[in-house]
Amino acid sequence: MTNIGSYEERLKNFSWSIAEKELGYSDAKTKNIGWYCSDRICDMGKAEKTALIWEGHDGTEKHYSFNDLRLASNTIGKFLKNLGLKNEDRVCLFMDKIPELYFSFLGVLKIGAIVQPLFSAFGDESLHVRLENAETSVIITQRKHVSKVRRILEKSPYLKHIVIVDYDGKHPLREREIAFNLEETVPVEEFEIFPTKAESPSVLHYTSGTTGQPKGVKHVHYSLISQYLTTQWVLDLCDDDIYWCTADPGWVTGTSYGIIGPWSMGITQCVLDKGFSAENWYQFIEKYNITVWYSAPTAIRSLMKAGEEIVKKSNLSSLRHLASVGEPLNAEAVIWSEKVYGLPFLDTYWQTETGSIMITNFPGMPIRPGSMGKSFPGIVGTVVDTKTYEPIDSPGKIGLIAFKPGWPAMMRSYWNNEETYQSKFKNGWYIPGDRARLDGDGYFWFVGRDDDIINTAGHLVSPFEVESALLEAEQVAESAVVSKPDEINMEVVKAFVTLKPGFEPTPDTELTIMNFIRKKLSPLAMPQEIEFVKTLPKTRSGKIMRRLLHAREWGEDIGDTSTLEGEE
Amino acid sequence: MSEEMKDIILNYVIEEYLEDEDEEISYDTPLISGGIVDSFSMVSLKRFLENKYNISIPDDRATPEAFDSVTKITVLVDGFLK
Repeated sequence: MTNIGSYEERLKNFSWSIAEKELGYSDAKTKNIGWYCSDRICDMGKAEKTALIWEGHDGTEKHYSFNDLRLASNTIGKFLKNLGLKNEDRVCLFMDKIPELYFSFLGVLKIGAIVQPLFSAFGDESLHVRLENAETSVIITQRKHVSKVRRILEKSPYLKHIVIVDYDGKHPLREREIAFNLEETVPVEEFEIFPTKAESPSVLHYTSGTTGQPKGVKHVHYSLISQYLTTQWVLDLCDDDIYWCTADPGWVTGTSYGIIGPWSMGITQCVLDKGFSAENWYQFIEKYNITVWYSAPTAIRSLMKAGEEIVKKSNLSSLRHLASVGEPLNAEAVIWSEKVYGLPFLDTYWQTETGSIMITNFPGMPIRPGSMGKSFPGIVGTVVDTKTYEPIDSPGKIGLIAFKPGWPAMMRSYWNNEETYQSKFKNGWYIPGDRARLDGDGYFWFVGRDDDIINTAGHLVSPFEVESALLEAEQVAESAVVSKPDEINMEVVKAFVTLKPGFEPTPDTELTIMNFIRKKLSPLAMPQEIEFVKTLPKTRSGKIMRRLLHAREWGEDIGDTSTLEGEE
Repeated sequence: MSEEMKDIILNYVIEEYLEDEDEEISYDTPLISGGIVDSFSMVSLKRFLENKYNISIPDDRATPEAFDSVTKITVLVDGFLK
């Protein structure tokens, strides 16, 4: 028996009030996610239940109860409040997947501030533009990442405090830096949680845009309603489950389903702060008897590549439910996982802006390998015509995925970017920017992005951002960035570059430029290949024809080139 | 196995990938599983080795396991030089 039971029955009788009632939402004195994920679970008599099992890259293992979670988030909340932070101030979390990251997430929410999680592998420029856009006043980080913050400090006037959670006293603290060691701080038993309302802002995640700088996706505390119910019905979590979400909280999956969803249900979850290897992952599942595993297609394809022999060496019999997110899950991966683990990975579709799962293969539902599944109850989803934005009646015809606005976890705006936010709505539909088709039974089938955004290993990379950064490399005269197919990551970044006079198109030049982008933006944005060309294809008006380069990489028809000025 | 090669690779890793100036790594420090070099950055490390030693490492040999320490990388590169 699954939590969702009959999908058809749920559709008939659905209301978001199901989640509100279970969470006691209307009567709650606070509608704060920080409270829901810690204090409320303790109030339900589960204070001593394990909330987090954490393992570091050196094998260090730590266990925390829900009461530990409550105390730690209270303590961080009080510390931040003493710094003078007030509600709706932005606090950036810039850490690896260490326990302080998870506790800080709840602590920031408890004071009514907005939490801005950023991927710790981001380079200087990626970090800077996101902090500046959000006018972030505090960043919580680790010693190993503080050098990046120091390098952007002069041009970050809004940043008042840099909190270092593992300061060891070896070097003096610098301007605006403060040491905060949670384990050496007296736990705060009683803490007055800020009385956030359902529509109070909670989380600000950044996502890449096609033509501009990254956009801050603003969510509110009411997102909990969708995140709680989708965790229950899609991830099928039950009280005695041991859950592992492999996503980093620098991205939305790591917060919606790596913090809020499971902890609001009082579920024990595991975190592995270690680089990927098939052996490590299987050992981790076996060691902690993980039952529900939420991962990503890139990881699944890497596990496929590692082969079946290594699976046979591990005891993975604790697993009972597997789900996947981030990019389309290919049919081969679904079939392979069923063969090797005895369980299929079920695809889930959603994005930073939607805040919670929108389309999925539900537990207990017949799976069509390669399909995204069906809309979550309460979500009105369809495929619309690319020009009229009217729903497409004919099964199999490709259009744009579209959702009727109004579900609880939907973004409320892009930070300081109302125009782009409004552009996402057409004919009364929210358009996520993905193309798909619907079959006759209501299953969605993913086709591709409707823009130039590159989805590499489930992370979105803006070609515009990479091209802009490339132009700052001393060797580069012009650049064009597109995706190229990749067996493991689905897509990777490829750059076409013309060089300034005096620079030679050598392998060392390529490596220098790759490393420049890696440090400036992130390893994800680093071109995995740079092709040096004499000229880039342009229209007669001088615009680089990225479309043509993309078509070449993917072996597609290059289409109309009548406006082409010239190419190599 | 060349000690000189190990030092060259170790110094490159320290210079390019180590963020914490106080962190000390040895020939056997886990690089991939230790979170010092991620799977995307591994591509640039592979490219460095190929350029430096004039070799070509096939993708199926450039695994996280083979790149997980300076010692393991040196063994891998050595195999292509023979």
